Amino acid sequence: MPTITYRDALNQALKEEMERDANVFLMGEEVGVYQGAYKVSRGLLDAFGEDRVVDTPITELGFAGVGIGAAMVGLRPVIEFMTWNFALLAIDQIVNSAAKMLYMSGGQIPIPIVFRGPGGAALQLAAQHSQAFDSWYAHVPGLKVVAPATPYDAKGLLKSAIRDENPVVFLEGEMMYNAKGEVPEGEYTVPLGEADVKLEGSDVTLVCHAKTVTVAQRAAQQLAEECGIAAEIVDLRTIRPLDTDAIIRSVAKTNRCVVVEEGWPFCGIGAQIVDYIQLYAFDHLDAPVLRVTQADVPIPYNKRLEKAAKPSPERVVEAVKQITYLD
Amino acid sequence: MATKVYMEALSPTMEEGRIVKWLKQEEEPVMDGDVLAEVETDKAIMELQARGEGTLRKVFATEGDTVEVGTVIGVIAAADEDIGEILATVGATEGERRADGDVGPERAASGPDTAAPVAVAGPHGAAAGAPMQRGRVKASPLARRLAKERQVDLRVIQGTGPGGRVVRRDVESAVSGPRHVHAPATGAGYEDAPLSQIRKTIANRLSQSIGPVPHFFLTSEIDMERTAEARDELNNVPDAPRISYNDIIIKVVAQALRQHPECNAWWQDNYIRYFNEVHISVAVSVEEGLITPVLRNAHLKSLREIAAEGRELAQRARERKLKPEEYTGGTFSISNLGMFDVDQFTAVINPPEAGILAVGSVADRPVAVEGTMTVRKRMRVTMSCDHRVIDGATGARFLQTVKRMLENPLAIVW
Repeated sequence: MPTITYRDALNQALKEEMERDANVFLMGEEVGVYQGAYKVSRGLLDAFGEDRVVDTPITELGFAGVGIGAAMVGLRPVIEFMTWNFALLAIDQIVNSAAKMLYMSGGQIPIPIVFRGPGGAALQLAAQHSQAFDSWYAHVPGLKVVAPATPYDAKGLLKSAIRDENPVVFLEGEMMYNAKGEVPEGEYTVPLGEADVKLEGSDVTLVCHAKTVTVAQRAAQQLAEECGIAAEIVDLRTIRPLDTDAIIRSVAKTNRCVVVEEGWPFCGIGAQIVDYIQLYAFDHLDAPVLRVTQADVPIPYNKRLEKAAKPSPERVVEAVKQITYLD
Repeated sequence: MATKVYMEALSPTMEEGRIVKWLKQEEEPVMDGDVLAEVETDKAIMELQARGEGTLRKVFATEGDTVEVGTVIGVIAAADEDIGEILATVGATEGERRADGDVGPERAASGPDTAAPVAVAGPHGAAAGAPMQRGRVKASPLARRLAKERQVDLRVIQGTGPGGRVVRRDVESAVSGPRHVHAPATGAGYEDAPLSQIRKTIANRLSQSIGPVPHFFLTSEIDMERTAEARDELNNVPDAPRISYNDIIIKVVAQALRQHPECNAWWQDNYIRYFNEVHISVAVSVEEGLITPVLRNAHLKSLREIAAEGRELAQRARERKLKPEEYTGGTFSISNLGMFDVDQFTAVINPPEAGILAVGSVADRPVAVEGTMTVRKRMRVTMSCDHRVIDGATGARFLQTVKRMLENPLAIVW
C-alpha cells in the first residue's frame, strides 16, 4: 500500500470526487494558479479548469455565501479557507445560512457543501492565527464537523463529506499536512460519525481527534514503557455527529478516561464528552474523567510558552497517572 | 481551614448516635485523631475522632443528645478563624445535614443485601479485623457497583485513592486478597469453591421453598458424663480460669469444624467460601437483644484461652463496648440457652454463615444403657444448616463428630 502525505490524501480525495461528479467544484483563496497555500489543490486547475477550480479575492464572507448559493441550486461546492482563523469572517454564512437552510425551507433546500482548511495552532503563528474552532462549529445543529488525524482517514472522510447532503465543516491542520500514512489506491470512503480505535488497551481510554491523536499515541507509548499501563486510543474522527457508543464502549472496558483536545477547556469538546460519560457510563467509572486541553489563554507567540500552552504527551501521562492512582 | 465535626456512622447499621460524653470542651485545642466524644451507637459505645486540627471552637450537641448520622455537631478551626458562616448555616437549619447525600447511597449500597441480624458488615465484613471507616465513604461509582455486586461493605475497605477514595482495586483485593490478619502463616484463610450445577439447583429450589436461607435442623442427644467429669477436674486445678460446658463445646465445635470444613463456610450467592480457620460467633444476650462476639481462630486456642477470651468478650458485649470487627466475620455460630433450663431449641442462622448450633441444658435424664435404665447427664444440641451449603448427611457427620468428642473429651487433644 502506498505511503503518502495527509496533503496528498486530501488532494486525491478532491480529484477523485471531482472526476466522479461534475457538480463538485473547489473555490477559495489561492486554490488555482498558486495550487493552494498548502498545496492541497496541486494539479487540480490543470485537470479541471477555471470553472471548477475558482480563485477568489480575500473575501471569506463573500465566497462562502457564493458557495452556499451554488449548493442551493444543486452544485456541490468545496470551499477552502486558508485557515479557519480567517473563516471567522464567514461564520455568519456557515452558521446562519448553511446550517439553517434545510430546516428553514421545511426540508426543501439541502446544502451539500464542504468548508475545509487548517485550524488550530501551528508554530508561532500567534494568538489570532492559532485557534481551534472545533467546539464552535460542533455547537451548531445543522452542521457536521469532521477532523481526521491520518492520511487514510483524511481521504476517506473528505470523500464522504463531499457526498453528504449536509454542510460539513472539515478541520485539517498545518502541522498534519506532512504527516505520512498508508493510503490504499482506488475507491474507499470512511463514514461520517464513526470513531476509530487507534490502539486497543485495557487500563484507560484516551479520547482524542485530529492533532491530539499523535499526542495520545506518544503518551500511550510512554505509559506502556514506564508504567505498564495499556491505554486505548479512541480517535473521534467526526465531532458531530459524535460516536458516543464508541466512547462509552471503551470507558466501560477501561473504567477511566482522559479527553485530549486542542481547543480551550471552557465549553470544549471534552466537556461534552465528559457529560456523555457521566450520563451513560457512570457506574463504570473508577475515577473522575480528566481533560487535557490548550491552556485557557490566547496562544502565546513565545515559542516556549506556546509549547507549554498546548496539550502534550507529558500532560496526558500525568493525567493518566492521576486517575490510575499511581501517584 | 475550619473542619465540621459530623456525627459519623460508627457501626455498620448506625443511623443515629447519642453523645455520652464530650472528651474535649469548647475552646480546647485538638489534634487530628484525638477522641472528641464518646458516642453510643446501636451496638456499643464508640469513640468519635477529630478529623482536623486546631481548636474545638463550637459544639452543637450536648451530652445526652441523640442526633442523626451526618449531622454537624461541632466545628474545629484555628483559634482566630472566622467561623461565622458555619455557625450561621448550622444555626439556621438546626444541625446541618451533610448535603452531599452520601450517607444515603452508602446505606443503600449495603442495605437490603445484608439481612443478617448481627453480621451486618456482610460476607466480607470485618473478617479481616480491618478497621471500619467512619462516616462518609468516598468511593468511585465503579467501586460502589462492584461492592454491591460482591456484597462487600465499603466501610471496611481501606481506600487507596486520593483522600482515601475506595477504588476498584481496593474492592477487588478485599474480595480476593488474604483477609484474615489473625491467620497463622498457612496461606489463605479460606478457599472459594464455584457452585456446581446441583448446588445451584439445591440453592434455588430450597430458597423458593422456605425463604432466603433454607434452614433444616438436626438434633442429637449427647452423653455428657465424661465431659462433666473432665470439667470438674479442670476446675479443681488451682488458680486456673473456670471452664464452662460452653467453653468445651466451643473448643469441640472448632475442632470438629476443622475435620468438616464443609460446614465451616459462607454462602456467597455465586460461590461458597470454605474457611481453613474457625471463627466462632458466640451468641451473648445483652440488655436490648443479642450480639455475637467472635472467638477468632478458636481451633488454635486452648480451653483456657477460650474460657478467658470468651468471658472477656461477653463482658464487653454486655457493656456494649465491642468494636464492629469483634462481632463480625464469624464462620459458625453457637447459641447456648442451657443456663435457662431449655432442653432443646432451634436457632436462626446468622448469614452468611452456613450453620449454627443450638445448645440445650445439661441435665440428668433416664437413658437405656446396654439394656438397663440408668440416669446420666445428657445434653441436646440442634444444628441449623443452610441447605444451600450443607446437606443432611454432611451436617449429620459433623454432628456425629461433635457428639463423639463430647462423649470422649480426650479427643480434644487429638
